[in-house]
Amino acid sequence: MSGYRQGDSGLILNEPLLWEKGKKGRCGFSLPECDVDEVAFDAEFAGDGPNFPDLSEVEVVRHYTRLSTWNFGVDTGMYPLGSCTMKYNPKVNERQASLPGFSDVHPLLPEVRNQGALKLMFDLEHFLKELTGMDAVTLQPAAGAHGELAGILMINAYHKKRGEIRTKILVPDTAHGTNPASGALCGYMPVAVPVNEDGIMRVEDVRALMDEETAGIMVTNPNTLGLFEKNIREICEVVHGKGGLVYGDGANLNAIMGYVKMADIGVDVMHFNLHKTFATPHGGGGPGSGPVAVTRTLTPFLPVPRVEKLKDHYHLVTDYPDSIGRMMTFYGHFGIMVRAYSYILSMGGEGLKEASAHAVLNANYIKERLKETFHLAYDHTCMHECVFSDAKQEPYGVSTLDMAKRLIDYGFHPPTIYFPLVVPGALMIEPTETETKEDIDNFIDTLKAIAVEAKESPELLKNAPTRSKVRRLDETSAARKPCLSG
Amino acid sequence: MRYLPHTPEDIKEMLEVIGVKTVDALFEAIPESCRSKEPLNLPRAMSEWDLNAHMDALAATMAPSSEYRVFIGAGSYNHYIPSSVPYLLSRSEFSTAYTPYQPEISQGTLQGIYEFQTMVTRLLGMDVATASHYDGATALSEALLMAVRKTKKKRVAVSSLCHPFHREVIRTYLGPAGIEVVEVPYGEDGRTDLAAVGAMDDVAAVAVQSPNFFGVVEDLASFAQVIHAKKGLMIASFTESIAWGLVKNPGSQGVDIVAGDGQSLGIPKAFGGPGLGLLASSKALMRQLPGRLVGTTTDLDGKRGFVLTLAAREQHIRREKATSNICSNNGLCALNAAMYMASLGGTGFKRLAQINHNKAEYLKRKLMDAGVKITFASATFNEFVVKFPEGFEKTYDRLLSRMIVAGLPLGRFYPELAGHYLLCVTETLSKIDMDQLVKEVTA
Ligand SMILES: Cc1ncc(COP(=O)(O)O)c(C=O)c1O
Repeated sequence: MSGYRQGDSGLILNEPLLWEKGKKGRCGFSLPECDVDEVAFDAEFAGDGPNFPDLSEVEVVRHYTRLSTWNFGVDTGMYPLGSCTMKYNPKVNERQASLPGFSDVHPLLPEVRNQGALKLMFDLEHFLKELTGMDAVTLQPAAGAHGELAGILMINAYHKKRGEIRTKILVPDTAHGTNPASGALCGYMPVAVPVNEDGIMRVEDVRALMDEETAGIMVTNPNTLGLFEKNIREICEVVHGKGGLVYGDGANLNAIMGYVKMADIGVDVMHFNLHKTFATPHGGGGPGSGPVAVTRTLTPFLPVPRVEKLKDHYHLVTDYPDSIGRMMTFYGHFGIMVRAYSYILSMGGEGLKEASAHAVLNANYIKERLKETFHLAYDHTCMHECVFSDAKQEPYGVSTLDMAKRLIDYGFHPPTIYFPLVVPGALMIEPTETETKEDIDNFIDTLKAIAVEAKESPELLKNAPTRSKVRRLDETSAARKPCLSG
Repeated sequence: MRYLPHTPEDIKEMLEVIGVKTVDALFEAIPESCRSKEPLNLPRAMSEWDLNAHMDALAATMAPSSEYRVFIGAGSYNHYIPSSVPYLLSRSEFSTAYTPYQPEISQGTLQGIYEFQTMVTRLLGMDVATASHYDGATALSEALLMAVRKTKKKRVAVSSLCHPFHREVIRTYLGPAGIEVVEVPYGEDGRTDLAAVGAMDDVAAVAVQSPNFFGVVEDLASFAQVIHAKKGLMIASFTESIAWGLVKNPGSQGVDIVAGDGQSLGIPKAFGGPGLGLLASSKALMRQLPGRLVGTTTDLDGKRGFVLTLAAREQHIRREKATSNICSNNGLCALNAAMYMASLGGTGFKRLAQINHNKAEYLKRKLMDAGVKITFASATFNEFVVKFPEGFEKTYDRLLSRMIVAGLPLGRFYPELAGHYLLCVTETLSKIDMDQLVKEVTA
């Protein structure tokens, strides 16, 4: 195996739950003397206050520091989680987001005091327009799924405005679960479009399913198999021909920056995941940010408020009668926008294209080097990710889950597993552009070694992981007898 | 580029393995007709120090609460954040992880969120809390959708004293799904009109914010009684979490679902986001909850551990039948809130709420003494409505130029309250700040 062995045993410290520590009367917060008189709260509405443990600052700091050591992040090591674009999160972006002028500002101050933030948002919208060729952008949605909801609401408003009632939406069966769920939230019935033997949609299938009761189609391109939907232009024509609109799930934009503009291929509305493509940290679950771009057709329906520039001043404008309305209390995840803006300026246009180029190079390299070892679902030039399955390991009684868990022992975060659903036992690898060739080689060699283990000593995989804080967890009993608080 | 590690030799070697000559050749997998011909018209890459200077200049045009005396809350509150909290939060094992799909190497996040869920249930007096939602407005919209699913009724009642922006988001979410949203008027005491709810039929739920948009504490128990008699669900919302240090929690008042904003819990205001959506319910509604839940279990050795659970509600399993489309939530903000609540402790939380209350009451009294009319006499927490003298706009601008923001003008949200302002005080404003405000507004 090349390089060094990544996984080994360190000192893993135990740490109890917060309320298993502490003593009444401690406090980890600098509580001041009160400089005004005490006033009792109205007895009718007074309560007892929350029953939290009382802890000193040191106890809190040690608690979370210890917890953090049980976690694996991009800063810990390679994190090839397909569809999630776990690229390096630059530290300079954290600096920008924590500037008091960005982090310590109230959203409802008079506009003259918000010009810097509004300019940043205006310019970020412009960058996203340029990357996709779309006509307008809202930064308001909180995450990818929230962007999908905004986009489908706009499609819904568009049809309504034209006096049409459409009840269905086409969603390919490679789509992420959020796609049909977002469609359903707007009252649409999702209709599945199958993939062909090459892992992409056929024009004929879309033509057969598309009708005047269908609002449009939700397409992820490149799709979740890492393949470019080659028939996209014709598919968009078919959908448009029946009066439908095309939604683009931009989760995989990292593959095509500078190579493809979504507006050019027929997409009417799409979302971005700033927490994927634009390198903002995912935070162990979020917050993300899911801006949505639209062509002229849908501009009137964008959420409000919109950021506009008049002469040299920036304004938040709400006066759009056809708008779908507000998606969040304020303007979206501004702190995430700051990081993404900072990332774009660090990379520049050329740097973003190069990022896509290297992301695609890395995925194809992994695909080539592993395709003898693992069953490759679709053997075509891939984009930013490649999807294998456990078909070759199954005869040894070893599953994708076992291989993923064994990767943990070797010090890698496993790829996405069992998604997309069209590939049974899927192992979806997205290396991103920020990994070195050495780490990628090490990852490949490790997976090859695991394939040998699968044959020779499958129990190693069945027992994995053994070096983590805990071993495999009983998820069935967690769901059967849920204990969600202590 | 410092984030792109490949050397020309690396690229050459990799291309040889793949069997193509150039990286661009890989993009021939994209039909020619789909490929862009023009280079991106975006700025050139900036050096780190040029970028810092550029960002500093943008940030310098803003009005941070460290420099201004901001007497506005209305959904975003200026509370002191202990230095230890952002420090701990910046540990990149937390911040650079994805959703904990692999629990064995995500126990830090999972235990942290489990503790968060627990503290939220204790704060609100509820049985179950989710691992977070985007913000208060989206959490409240989802709470109403839960009620519609549970009761199978297509109409909901929402107090006109729920945050105006929350109500707008509710309309965005519920309108296209064909759910009717009826607003409940408010009375002269600055409280939601209970009798109006009593007169409504066939409603899935009533949502009442407490403390409401005017800062007035609502009698949630009475609303719960009325709506339960109509076989609807009682939903409470809030924007100021610190209130629960003093105010009777919703769970003890018969509330079924609580949805609110957790930004007050140590999360920077950040021009409105990211904040934190809190969503909690009774046990009976657990399986209707949207989004992630963390639960305890044991590992193969019988050791305690934590996992994402009850996933059969979620989009990655149920697709269009899921309880919501949410995937990424605001996990790091939830951890942020947990760190903050742990730092305060129960004793500290109560004391902090009391200090906030003392200060707001001080300002209220001083303004009254100076002849300013307090619009609603009811009990409030941190925020209250005042009527400033005619022509106050000029004073407002003068104060702004002196770095004082004298509240939020209410006319935009409630036309009948033109000339009225919503004021907010937290522990971060001193007696001197308040005395100065009183002096200036009555000058
Ligand atoms: C293809 C795809 N679409 C949508 C989403 C949802 O994005 P988010 O988690 O930001 O809501 C994801 C996230 O994993 C995804 O991979």
